[in-house]
Amino acid sequence: MTAVAIEGVFKYYGDFPALRDIGFTVSEGSTVALLGRNGAGKTTLLRIIAGLSKASQGQVRIFGEDVREDSTRRRVGVLGHGLSLYDELSATENLVIFAKLYGVSEPKKMALAWLERTGLERVRDGLVREFSRGMRQRLAVARAFIHDPDVLLFDEPFTALDDRAIAVLQSLLDDAHKRGRTIIMSTHQLKEALMLATHVAMIRHGEMAYTGERTQQMLDDTGFLYRTYEDA
Amino acid sequence: MSAQAVEPAASIPASTFGGSVAEYLRQIQTIAAKDLRSEMRTKEALNASISFSIVILVLFSFAFDPSSDQLQEFSGGLLWVVFSFAGALVLNRSFARETQNDCLDGLLASPTPASALFLGKSLANYALLLAVEAVSLPVFALFYNLHWTGLFWPLVMVMLLGTWALTMIGTVFSALTVNLRLRELMLPTLVYPLMIPALMSAMTLTTDFFSGTPLGPDNMIWVRLMVAFDVIFTAVAIAVIDTVLTG
Repeated sequence: MTAVAIEGVFKYYGDFPALRDIGFTVSEGSTVALLGRNGAGKTTLLRIIAGLSKASQGQVRIFGEDVREDSTRRRVGVLGHGLSLYDELSATENLVIFAKLYGVSEPKKMALAWLERTGLERVRDGLVREFSRGMRQRLAVARAFIHDPDVLLFDEPFTALDDRAIAVLQSLLDDAHKRGRTIIMSTHQLKEALMLATHVAMIRHGEMAYTGERTQQMLDDTGFLYRTYEDA
Repeated sequence: MSAQAVEPAASIPASTFGGSVAEYLRQIQTIAAKDLRSEMRTKEALNASISFSIVILVLFSFAFDPSSDQLQEFSGGLLWVVFSFAGALVLNRSFARETQNDCLDGLLASPTPASALFLGKSLANYALLLAVEAVSLPVFALFYNLHWTGLFWPLVMVMLLGTWALTMIGTVFSALTVNLRLRELMLPTLVYPLMIPALMSAMTLTTDFFSGTPLGPDNMIWVRLMVAFDVIFTAVAIAVIDTVLTG
């Protein structure tokens, strides 16, 4: 079954075409590494898939539904650049708020469970403004996972994480993949992303440069993709 | 892109979620509680707004003779000018708070309808504005030697209706101007012209009550105008907020 369908998506900022005729489908249960240089259009595309930005042309459907539908958004977990955390609230309060907004039945219990899974249980009552960037990143990951979404959209999820935290996130993503969740993540950390990915989508100057399965060659030589499709 | 052979995703049980109306109300309550809790932690808008209103009231008291009869004629106007300016400080923070860490993206990505987000924020703003007014009103009466307790409940009614109008329009324009660099300037510039009918009603009625004129056939038209204004602008705000927030 197709989880995410992107059809002929264009995005213009004024006259500048940030995305040009982007189109691909992601099957349920796939993990897609969305790759590209800085400014290629990865974040723009993820924002359109998440319904946070409107495509100038074309459409995105998640499980056949418009992404702006409440029922669709309920099935999607988003982790963006800004992390979407309230500095003046505690880690638990942040998670409980989003759990309630997503209609999770036991928000506090779920929040505490995810704080434990992301290694933040000791600072559960600490205010987010006192957290390091890595701790914030882990809390934002917990926020994205808290309603057990079918589709996960992660923009640079490994940013600011140390080795241990990267291992925790990889384990969470691997677990989500095994449970059939669909994951699209943009990243510059090729090694970590390609280890998890089943498929790769590469954007170059706002256009699709490559879409296809992740191969062993990509894993063995992480520079292969950029040399072949970006620098060519 | 073809699918990896994996087991199908387990769907979330329907029992996890409540009924739609109950959930809508819970989302409104969650947003309102979140905003109030955030404000109580920092007291940024509340302290600024209360300080501003008291300073302005004190400064006005130097400009006008508190013992003059004329003062009663424009006391309502004076009070609502202070409420409006002090209110802008609270309303400016409403959506500006969501720009930090892209929190608005988190809310818009959630299944919370834009109208629930708007109503939650409006309720929080309403409570904060009323708190500012509850502090300012006795100070105003003290400095200007006004008898405000004689027609206390009618005065409360005017404050509730007038503040709701300010909250509705202010919250919509707070969302509209959130990404502007000059939002602190743009918000009052956009809000006050639209507020004229409600402000005129509130000022007239407040002046009447300070001078001891009770609610009657002569001034009931202003109450009706405020109620109509509140109903119409609440409906318009709810209708346009999705476009305002998501373009």
